[in-house]
Parts: sequence; C-alpha cells; structure tokens
Amino acid sequence: MEAKIISEHYTKDEFIGIDGYKKHGGYEQIANAFKMQPKEIIEMVKAAGLRGRGGAGFPTGMKWSFLPDNGEERYLLCNADEGEPGTFKDRKMMERAPHQLIEGMIISGYAVNSHKGYIYVRGEYRHIIELLEKAIKEAYDAGYLGKNIQGSGFDFDLDVYSGAGAYICGEETGMISSLEGYKGQPKLKPPFPAVQGYLKKPTIVNNVETLASVKYILRDGVEAYRKYGTEKSTGTKLFSVSGDVQRPGTYEVPLGYPLKQLIEEECGGLKPGRKLKAVIPGGSSAPILNAEEAYKVNMDYESLQSVGSMLGSGAVIVIDDTRCMVDLLDVTLHFYHHESCGQCTPCREGTGWINKIANKIVKGEGRVQDIDLLETVAKNMMGKTICALSDAAAMPTISFVQKFRDEFEFYVREGRSKVKGQTYAQVHG
Amino acid sequence: MFQLANERVEKIKSEMKRYETKQSAIIPALYQVQEQYGWVSKEAIDFLSELMEIPVAEIREVFTFYTMFNQKPTGKFHLQVCTNISCSMAGGRELTDYICKKLNVKAGETSADGKFSVSKVECLGSCDTAPVMQNNFEYHENLNEAKIDQIIESLQKLN
Repeated sequence: MEAKIISEHYTKDEFIGIDGYKKHGGYEQIANAFKMQPKEIIEMVKAAGLRGRGGAGFPTGMKWSFLPDNGEERYLLCNADEGEPGTFKDRKMMERAPHQLIEGMIISGYAVNSHKGYIYVRGEYRHIIELLEKAIKEAYDAGYLGKNIQGSGFDFDLDVYSGAGAYICGEETGMISSLEGYKGQPKLKPPFPAVQGYLKKPTIVNNVETLASVKYILRDGVEAYRKYGTEKSTGTKLFSVSGDVQRPGTYEVPLGYPLKQLIEEECGGLKPGRKLKAVIPGGSSAPILNAEEAYKVNMDYESLQSVGSMLGSGAVIVIDDTRCMVDLLDVTLHFYHHESCGQCTPCREGTGWINKIANKIVKGEGRVQDIDLLETVAKNMMGKTICALSDAAAMPTISFVQKFRDEFEFYVREGRSKVKGQTYAQVHG
Repeated sequence: MFQLANERVEKIKSEMKRYETKQSAIIPALYQVQEQYGWVSKEAIDFLSELMEIPVAEIREVFTFYTMFNQKPTGKFHLQVCTNISCSMAGGRELTDYICKKLNVKAGETSADGKFSVSKVECLGSCDTAPVMQNNFEYHENLNEAKIDQIIESLQKLN
C-alpha cells in the first residue's frame, strides 16, 4: 500500500498556494527548526537515515557535515534538473506543492547555516519555474524568506535558475558550472562541492525530494520516520513508474517495498495478455533486471545493489514481452551519446561507439563480434571519467547484452528483431 | 537587422544583477533573444557580448552547449516530441513521423511557411503520460494521431 507522507496532499489544488499549504500544516516546521541548534537538525537527519533521493543515495546528514567550519559564505542548491529518463516525480512535487520544497529549503538552509539558496530547474519545466517564482514571492511576502525570518535572526534568500536542456547539469558539479554561467561540465572531485562549490564557496546540492523530506523528519521525529523503510534505507520514496503498466504515475511507498507489488497493486499490473520481460528500476542508467529478478527484488538501496542494479532516482520503467531489447538499448544509447558533455575521452568516444554499434545491429547490419564489442567498449568506459555519465551509458549496455543476449544474437544473425519479427525499416519506416 | 526589444534589454540588465556574477545571466539573456526571434543569431551574440561586456567566445560556448537554444531559425510553433525510452515504447517515434508527414517537414526542420518546426527531443519528464511533446513550452500528453490533428489544426488557425 502507498504510504503518503510527502505526497499526502498532492491531490488538493489548494495545496499549491501558500494559504492552502498553511491550512495543512505548511511552514509550521520552520518555527520548530528555529527552536533547535542547526547541528541538532543535522544530527536528526543523520539519525533518521535520510539518503539523497536524486540518484546516488548518499546520506544527506553526512553530506551536510562535510561543510568546513571556516566562516565562509555557503550556498544551498536544490537539484531540480530532473533529467534521468523515466523520472518525473520531482516535477509532480513542484507542480503540486511548491511550498513544500521552499519550506524544506529554509529548514535545510538553517541546518547548514546557509543564507542563499537556488533551485536549479531544467529549462523544459518553464511552467514550474513560473510556479516556483510565484511561490517564492508568496513566501517572502509572508515573512518566511528574507531577513530575520519569523524573528529568528536567521536570514535566507531563495531564487530560481533555469537550465537550458542538458542532462549533465543534473550532476552536481555540472549544475554548479551551469549556475555559474558556463557550459555545464562536471568538475574534478575533490574538492567536493561542500568544500569548494558554487563560486568556489562551500555548497550543498540536494535533490528536490531530499529537501522536502527534511521537513517531515522534523515534523514526525526520527523514530516515526524510521518506521518506514528498512534498517539502511529509511523512510518513504516517490517512485516514477512508466512503461508497460496499466496505471503509470508517481507513487509514494516505503523503501524496501516489493517491486512486484508496486507493479501489480499500485500500477494495476501489466496490460492484458502481456508478460513481464524486464524492469529498469532506477532510471535508464540503472542496470536492467530480468523478470525473475524484478519479481523478487525490493525497492531499497541495498536490495537493488544485491542484484547488481541501483535504486537511482526511483524511476521504474516496466517492459513487457512485446518489446525488442535491441531497439530499447539503441534508444537509450542515443540519449547518452547526445548528452555526453565531451570532456572525458572514454565517455565522449565511448558513448559514440556503443551508440553506433547498437544502431548498426538494430539496422540489421551488425556482425556477431559486435555483441562482444559492445560489452568490451562499455566495460572500458566504467570508472574512468570525471562524472558518472560514462558509467550511466555503460551499465545498461552491459546488462542488456548479458541478460538478453539471445535477442542480440538473433538480430545479428537474421537482420531483424526476434520479438517483432521485422526489420528496423519495416517497423520504423 | 537585429533589434532586441527594450523591455528585453532591461530584463537582461536586471538578470545581470540577480545572480552573484553577471556570467550567470548568459542563459537568461539567450532566452530573451530566443523568445523574440525564435533562435539566436551571430548578430544577437555580438549584441549580448557588447551589452553584457562578456567575450563573444564565452557566450557562444554557453549557447552551443545547451540543446534548448536554437542555432537556426525555428518555426513559430516548435513541436518537440520526446523519443526517449518510455515515449518510444508508447509510440513517440511513429508520432514524430506522423507529424512530419502531416506538416511536410523532416525532423529538425521548419515548414516552408515558417510556422512549424519539428524536433525529436530527450526525456521531458512526463513518462507517465507518454507519448509527450512540447509545443514551445506547453506540454501535450497522452498523445495519439487524433490529438495531434486537433493540436495542429488549432495552431494553424493562430497567426
């Protein structure tokens, strides 16, 4: 069953504006936060076990405590560059509850002693940028942003920044480059942003859902928060489910929730007469699971890791038995090649090569040895670059080829899809 | 001749003060140009360089890095169809072909009357309502051929 903590009021239109938001307990946790020392909030977030909801799953409280205590100005950036294919939960949150994010940022800003925050939103979400600008203005007018918030002595300014269509800006140092007004190319780490981030100042970058979650840790307390989820993957999580299910959408369930149940109960199962073939559990960069693995796995960081995949952004793409895996890999690799920022050779060249090879196979021009070549090139792209985009392209490649090798072999041998029975030209003209 | 509207010039000036450095105003400035012209020309970049006192190379670098900035004239209605994984599974590629045929353009091109451009784009973050496209910034979700017909018909009536 769904456990609606963050998304409890998303169906109510009034929750979008500040008055309706306040009617449902909105902005109450700010006063609560101001009664505490910033460090106490960090300890609470650590104790609650909150982990980054954007993809990497890094413990939020620990990230916050990496900030140096040197009196330097600090920035809090919200990563709303949601771009991992299959992911749309942040969009839903910002559309339905912009103030929830703002409140989460004020509390988090107080906790990390930052006085300036930015929400970096992907450029395509223009309507959300406008919505957030309006909500921020409402929050200023109500005295929740600006100088001496609610008489606390704490100042916090918040603004929005629009990206312009680059997946790589979802990588935190790529985002920082972009916000600074440059190409969104990731930077070498260390130094990590907590030490040297935006304008070389200590900077915390957190995902939309992560920041909103902080509010509920304060509201409900550590123990109540930990009641949901598993020992190491605590709390609830928003999952974006798409693909071959009856009811795609955003669902909030406790971490550790069985994937089978998510597909069959929340999403109403597959379309009639179809069988599950595969699931991408955490956005298109997460290694794919076959049906057997998918029906056994639970949706938490550890369980997915134990089957060689990852929770990522919580974007679940369900694939039934009518789909051609060679075709889906081709689509996916086109994306990563397009989005490679060009900085590191293994990624710039590697994404290009595997995209070309997959495309050659899908067009019926592949050779038997191309299947191994795909895997070899992909393996050589892992762990060799400044950021994880190269790995993000390599992981689906390796897992698709290993788990659905028969489809690749058939395609190479026959020049047509094993599933569709047709050539690329017959299917796509 | 390139002539950015006064209010857009003023908007750029205020964006230069909005963030910590004026460099951060490059993306907002490019949007201002594109919203007036539909694309960003070489003249526009020269103009921005002078206005913002930022070297042309730095503006060009940003301009060419981000996919949403158009490097050639683009139709009044830019139909951007998602062909990433969930949308492709829901028929996004076939819909793109349908739109192209209907408007007699190729993906990445603009119709002869300058009204429509069609592009294949990456994930628009709307996979639960696939297939999806944006007309400029407006989302159209759960698309099918009939809906495309309606959308294009209503756009054709607009000037």
